[in-house]
Amino acid sequence: MSVLHLVVLAPFILAVLVPFLYKYIRQVHTGWFVMILPLALFIYLIQFLPNISKGETFFYHQPWVPSLGINFDVYLDGLSLLFALLITGIGTLVVLYSIYYLYNKQKEALNNFYVYLLMFMGAMLGVVLSDNLMTIYVFWELTSLASSLLIAYWFHKERSRYGAQKSMLITVSGGFAMLAGFSLLYVMTNTFSIREIIAQADVIITNPLFIPAMLCVLAGAFTKSAQFPFHIWLPDAMEAPTPVSAYLHSATMVKAGIYLVARMTPVFGATPQWFWIVSGFGIFTLLWGSVSAIRQKDLKAILAFSTISQLGLIMALLGLGSAAFHYDVAVVGTLYYTATLAAVFHLINHATFKGSLFMIVGIVDHETGTRDIRKLGGLMSIMPITFTVALIGTLSMAGVPPFNGFLSKEMFFTAAVNATTLDIFNMQTLGLIFPIVAWIASIFTFAYCMLMFVRTFLGNFKPEKLQKEVHEAPIGLLIPPIILASLVVIFGFFPNLLAYSIIEPTMHSILPNVLADGERFYVNIYHWHGFNIELFMTIGVVIFGALIFLNLKKWAETAFFLKERDPLNYVYDNSLVWLVSGSLKVTNMQMTGLLRDYFVFMTVFMVGLMGYTLVKFDAFAIDLLNVAEIPPYIFIIIFVLLGSVVVLPFISHRVTAIAATGVIGFLVALLFVVFRAPDLALTQLLVETVMVVLFLLAFYHLPELRKEKFTPRFKLTNLLVSIGVGVVITLTALSAHAMSYANPIEGISQFFIDNAYELAAGKNIVNVILVDFRGLDTFLEILVLAIAALGIVVLTKLRFTGGEDV
Amino acid sequence: MLKTTTTIVAFIILAFSVFLFFAGHNNPGGGFIGGLMTAAALLLLYVAFDVKTIKRVLPFNYTTMIAVGMLIAAGTGIASMLGGFPFLTQFDKYVTFPILGKVHLTTALPFDLGVYLVVVGVALLSILTIAEDDA
Repeated sequence: MSVLHLVVLAPFILAVLVPFLYKYIRQVHTGWFVMILPLALFIYLIQFLPNISKGETFFYHQPWVPSLGINFDVYLDGLSLLFALLITGIGTLVVLYSIYYLYNKQKEALNNFYVYLLMFMGAMLGVVLSDNLMTIYVFWELTSLASSLLIAYWFHKERSRYGAQKSMLITVSGGFAMLAGFSLLYVMTNTFSIREIIAQADVIITNPLFIPAMLCVLAGAFTKSAQFPFHIWLPDAMEAPTPVSAYLHSATMVKAGIYLVARMTPVFGATPQWFWIVSGFGIFTLLWGSVSAIRQKDLKAILAFSTISQLGLIMALLGLGSAAFHYDVAVVGTLYYTATLAAVFHLINHATFKGSLFMIVGIVDHETGTRDIRKLGGLMSIMPITFTVALIGTLSMAGVPPFNGFLSKEMFFTAAVNATTLDIFNMQTLGLIFPIVAWIASIFTFAYCMLMFVRTFLGNFKPEKLQKEVHEAPIGLLIPPIILASLVVIFGFFPNLLAYSIIEPTMHSILPNVLADGERFYVNIYHWHGFNIELFMTIGVVIFGALIFLNLKKWAETAFFLKERDPLNYVYDNSLVWLVSGSLKVTNMQMTGLLRDYFVFMTVFMVGLMGYTLVKFDAFAIDLLNVAEIPPYIFIIIFVLLGSVVVLPFISHRVTAIAATGVIGFLVALLFVVFRAPDLALTQLLVETVMVVLFLLAFYHLPELRKEKFTPRFKLTNLLVSIGVGVVITLTALSAHAMSYANPIEGISQFFIDNAYELAAGKNIVNVILVDFRGLDTFLEILVLAIAALGIVVLTKLRFTGGEDV
Repeated sequence: MLKTTTTIVAFIILAFSVFLFFAGHNNPGGGFIGGLMTAAALLLLYVAFDVKTIKRVLPFNYTTMIAVGMLIAAGTGIASMLGGFPFLTQFDKYVTFPILGKVHLTTALPFDLGVYLVVVGVALLSILTIAEDDA
């Protein structure tokens, strides 16, 4: 156990204590106790920065299930430190924000809220710090669980429960796929350790299981990171309290998929499939998200689609960045890792501006009572601080200088333009897609940023539409977004603060073995690139984005803009309905509640299986060579027996039926006599007698034999099934007989014949077997009889009418 | 007439059932058949006389009889375990008694006795329960 292990476990430990703090220290808001932890963790983790920036890594081993290769190993390198800092840093701010957001200590179930939040924080730290795939999976599912709990925090709201269920179903399905992918990786490499898997990357790429493993892992990453078409859960997750949306659905959890893709890039990255899937899905999600965002009327929904689109952007950059594996970077220069650099930088930027924007939206919601952009407007002069922070966040998101969003957007354009110059995987022809889609998506991004900002803060103030008297938010609510916005500004003006402290080590983690030992990526982020294509693209974005926004009124009445919900929701909702109704249909078809139907199913299955086996293994055989000679009287017995059996179904009088069964029983006894089994014959006779007596006793209580009108089809089915059973069993018996002579096995009966008197001192071999050689069977059979008799007593004597306390 | 015949026949059947029970080791018969035969004889008595009379004459509690039978059968098995042998190991020995002379004793007999008691108990318990049920 190292301190890093404790970093992961500490939130869980505190989560256990939270209910006590909530119950016994009522006068202090529980959030204050919670806030200490992420702050402490952040301060602890930031101490690793100097070492990490020197290229060091930290690894601590802790066995968990060592026999299965599952260990709780923590591994700290640039990538995991970056995420851990985001989680703890934004976590601190979110907890501070939530103290003022959920200010009502009596009304809000704060104990639940902070337990879930801490559980989520611990799980998220576990995901990014673990080295073992199984540990990652465990924490991964914990984040899904905690996220669902947080979305449904106001569980009395129907929409919250719907959103929680949806996110749960989608992310857990992806999680399962990911588990399958991890298992396949284990099959290929025989280890769960990521570092050992990366060391075997060249083995994996040639393995036939490579593609399934990659697709499964990507399914997990795409569902978690809300990539098309799995993004539909994110807008519905906006029913969560705003601190949760800010934390989980912008800065941390939705980036778990990004983390996984970045982590797995060294394993899968050097293949065209990875390049195309990751960057293709990413770029499409970018476009889809930004186009959908513009249709939304709810501020949080705009932010949700914006998050989707920005995650797509990062994903696309990670995909493009994997191209670096195909080039000798030392020779061709910085061009081919710009994409990865942009991905890492935008990851940080997105966490800062999106976190602050969510908090701003929360403040607007809190102070005005609505998030609907049709009701809002003119808040600039009423809420000046909120306005300023929102301005910084929005401009950064839109990619306007001098904020950090501009820098990462410029780099994104550079990477997208570079993509056309790649000479791998048909990029010469298809590469043009990337800059064009990126550019269009950025135009829409600019448009929805303007929409969001202008509609909320500019224009006319409409107090008649609002229920509350609007005023500036309390300082506690403002501090966290102010801190994030100042980070936006700081990173905008001094981007190179981050360059070698965290971005470069992170790139090392994503693209290991690309550089020779001791070399470093050249990271220099600056504002002015000269008059190049990226600059003109940005100018185009601003012009066209503004045009779209200004003409939005014309389009606002079109069907495209009126429909807010993502069309893919219909697929999801309908498939869920279809799943339920379909299962119900199947169940109703099969579970009829009629015993005779079940009997038909069972016999048909049995006949089918046995018949199939007979045909498949060519097991059918008839051998008349070893058949004994049949004396004439046996024919007579069989004839009468068959007669009684055939007559039985046609008898409509119950006593006659009982008599007929009696006849069959006695004839069987006669057969036993003929085949020289005196004990069996005696037993059969007596049992048959007792049975007939019992039948007659029961008969006394029974109503007249009911004449049922059966449809001919029902009768035909029964006839066919019974004929099938008879034929298949007969054939099996005949074949078994023939086969047993073809492949003789020495019987054990000779042993009994030889030893019955020697060992057990009895001459009646049957009885000796029953009481001596196989006495246990007899013992248990009399137990069966005893239970049956007691059952009869219980059934007849105890007549509950219901309601008795048994 | 029926009652007279029954009194005679029932005892013949009972005697035959006891014979079947003891003959089991060397001839057709044994606990199961013996038990069923006894049950048949008793049933005959119940049919010829009424249930109350027979209950007075033969005050058996058949539930107890099943339990005792199970206990005896299990007991022979457990007894062999006490001697360090596997469960239900059977032993036999020829012993000379003063009056009976040379008798072949085997632990299979008490086991069979258990079977016998259970079978008699089960048959009569079920039939009488159903017969007495007037609901």
